[in-house]
Formats: sequence, C-alpha cells, structure tokens
Amino acid sequence: MTERTVLPKREMQWAITRLAHEILEKNRGAEDLAVVGVRTRGAHLAARLVEEIAKIAGGEVPLGIVDITLYRDDLQAIGPQPVIRGTDIPFDVEEKVIVLVDDVLYTGRTVRAAIDEIIDFGRPKRIWLTVLVDRQGHRELPISPDFVGEAVVTTENEQVVVHVSEEDGEDAVKVREKKT
Amino acid sequence: MRLSRKDLLGLEGMSRDEIELILNTAESFKEVLERKIPKVPTLRGKTAVNLFYEASTRTRVSFELAEKRLSADSVSVSQKMSSFEKGETLLDTVRNLQAMKMDFLVVRHGASGAPHFLASRLDASVINAGDGAHEHPTQGLLDMFTMREWFGSLDGLRVVIVGDVLHSRVARSNVFGLRTLGASVTLCAPSTFLPPGVATLGVETETDLDRALEGADVVMVLRIQRERQDGFFLPSLREYAVLFGLNRERAARLKERCLIMHPGPMNRGVEIDPEVADGPRSVILDQVTNGVAVRMAVIYLLSGGEVRDGLVN
Repeated sequence: MTERTVLPKREMQWAITRLAHEILEKNRGAEDLAVVGVRTRGAHLAARLVEEIAKIAGGEVPLGIVDITLYRDDLQAIGPQPVIRGTDIPFDVEEKVIVLVDDVLYTGRTVRAAIDEIIDFGRPKRIWLTVLVDRQGHRELPISPDFVGEAVVTTENEQVVVHVSEEDGEDAVKVREKKT
Repeated sequence: MRLSRKDLLGLEGMSRDEIELILNTAESFKEVLERKIPKVPTLRGKTAVNLFYEASTRTRVSFELAEKRLSADSVSVSQKMSSFEKGETLLDTVRNLQAMKMDFLVVRHGASGAPHFLASRLDASVINAGDGAHEHPTQGLLDMFTMREWFGSLDGLRVVIVGDVLHSRVARSNVFGLRTLGASVTLCAPSTFLPPGVATLGVETETDLDRALEGADVVMVLRIQRERQDGFFLPSLREYAVLFGLNRERAARLKERCLIMHPGPMNRGVEIDPEVADGPRSVILDQVTNGVAVRMAVIYLLSGGEVRDGLVN
C-alpha cells in the first residue's frame, strides 16, 4: 500500500496558525466569532484553532462540537447503527459567526449534515467552512470551503488520513491507497 | 458495541453492555431534547405504529414523541378504535399494519407474551411497551437512566421496590436490569403481593417497609393496580396506606440523597403521600422526561442503518 505525507507535523501547525490569521482578517477581529468542530478530528482541530485565535487576538472564542451521526443521509439501509458520541454547543449560536471546522472536505455530505445540525440550535449570522484538507474534484453537493489548510488532488481509490496527536499519537496528513 | 437484536421484548437476559449502550445513547438524545429545535432527521422515511390494547398516557405519548423527535412517521391505534372491536385477531391486525410497510411496532397488551408472539411473526421491530404482568423494558431503562444520572453508576446501589410486585411488569424489568448493572434490589410488599418463586430473581424480600427502607439509596413506589385485582389481596386501601405507604414520616427517615421514584400513574394518599411525591427528593417527573430520550435511543438502535462511504473520508 503506497502512502505519501502531504502535511508533516510542523506544516500542519503552520496551516492552523495561518487559518487563524485568515479568519481573524476576514472577520476583522474575534468579535461574534465561535468555532464548532466536527467530531472526531475536526473537533481537535477546532480546539487548536481556538488556541491560535486566542494567541493572536487575545481572549477565548466559544468552542463547540457537533456529532453529525443523527443527521447523516446514509442511515436507511439495514445494518449496525453508528455510535453517537454527542453534540456539545455550550453557547447561543444566534447572531454568531460560526467557523465550522472539519479535517477533510470530500463529498460535502458531512458539512451539509453539520450545517443542518447547527441551524437546529438557532440562526447564526453566518457560517464559514474551514477545512485542513480540501480533496478537490470529489464534491457531491454544492459546498465550497472558505478557508483551506491544504488543497490536494486525489483519485477515488485514494484516502486522505488526518492524524492528530490527541487521537493517533502524531500530527500528520497522509494520502494512501484505499484497501481493496 | 452494537445492539444486535431486532426487537426489545424485555430486560431479562439482556447483557450489561447492551443496557449501557442504550443508556449512553439516551444521554445524547437527552441533549437533543434540550435544543431549540428538539428534533433530528435520523429516521425520515421510517414508520412506527403504536398499538395500545391497554390504557396509557405517559408511555404512549412518550413513544409518539420519541418517534416524532426522530422524524419517523407515527400512527397510534387503540383497542377501542381498532377492528379488534369487530372480532379481528391481534395477529391479523398487525399483519395488516405490516402490509402498510411499518418498520416498528410498539405494543402494549394485557396478555403477557403478546409482543413475543408478534415479534416472531413480523419483519418489523417489535418494542414491548408493557405486556400483562410480565415486563415493561423501556420503563426499566428510563428508571435506570434516571438513577444513573443522579448517582453516576448503579454498582452497589440499594434499591427498594415497594408495593404490588405481583402484578408489576415495571418491577420485573427493573429487577432484571438493576441486577445486571450491579445494584441490589429489595422487594417490599404484603406477602399476598410477592409472587411465588420470587427468591429465584436474586432479590431480597421484606414485608416490613420500615425495615426495608433502612439504608436505601432509591425507593421505587409501585401503584396499587386496582384494575388487575380480581382477588382478595388487600383487606383495605386504608390499611395498605398505613403499612406500606411512603408517607412524610417514613420519607423523613430516608438518607438525604435517597431518590424517590414512581412509574405513574400515582394513587396519591395510598402508596405515596402528595408531599412526598412532590417533594425535593422525588424524581418522578424526571423519569417522564428521561422516558422520551430512552425511547429515542431504543428506536434508533433497533433501526439499523449502515455506514457507507458517502460520509467516510
């Protein structure tokens, strides 16, 4: 199985720092900002983004987590149900600028589910999509990221794997062939 | 860990892992119920039928709400409004319902074993919402969920179930579930209300309520089921209230953190005094709230669904 690293640890950190700067620039500061990460790895990246924003702008912006399991569009066939690990948005989303964070943007279906879930909590002023990796060319829904850590070109039989130290013991983004 | 069963018919024989999976999933659904829009699209396209051949307020509404909160289509049928009145058999009724493509059948029936009879003959998932004096598994689960919310764990808890154990499906489901999760159970009732062979359930029995309440962490008071009493179980309700009612004096002697529970509906002034039922240690309404989350979890976990590549990177 061939594998290549597209973002080693240091560059992954730089990408997160750059994303924090871009978000603050576009929002003209941290006012009304809130960050929501998609479980599992998006949630860890969101927490790091909040730390970076705090270093640059000072002050903590609110942080939430969405578990999109209940909003998936592929639960209809018979088989085992995915385990729900829970959503936690401990702030009012009304009139907030929500920075939605995920590790990889691929088909767009996870993002659609996450947006639906956030809107069930209230009406944010806007939602910006931030992804560490954008797998271009595979979108199945009209969804486009506002902030991208790294755009990669991949084929259908490849898989983008994001490792975060909190879950996997290391930070890295790799592309590998799917197991057949 | 997955819930690898088609139906939920009872807690007897259910493993600790399965029960904990349901309770853990229910925690997530409780969060959903606290949202501004307490509804998720998870079961769009699924159909649930609630078949209630006995009177019910809490359980029926709780199941209906759980189904609606999961975006399933739901229909409720009562015995009085069904073709049962015209002589149709239970099996013919549900076969016709299945012909209308239902995915879940929630059934309450006066005959013990009715849900089991249906489950073996239907493709749809059958959920037992109370069958005769046998089991009421979702009530047992919501009771355990409420205790776990309060105490964190059920291991080592001392739970006293007091009242008409003989006719109580709630008591049976609780005994099976609580013992599986590591709690010890004492059944307290007049001897006429203790079923024969109760010792085989692995519980303690007591006919003196004051003795039973010593050191209790949870007191679950059962309803005197007047509708099921065709025998001479009690000399009088007044005597029962004096000897087995949870009154103010008895409640005052309980541990400070002792929970008071009741599956409802209550006979106020008989098995429980109004001041106790509405007092600070009572979680009777929490049980009702938790019922919706627990039933959502059960329906979700029984509903199947596969993870395809669409959302997996």
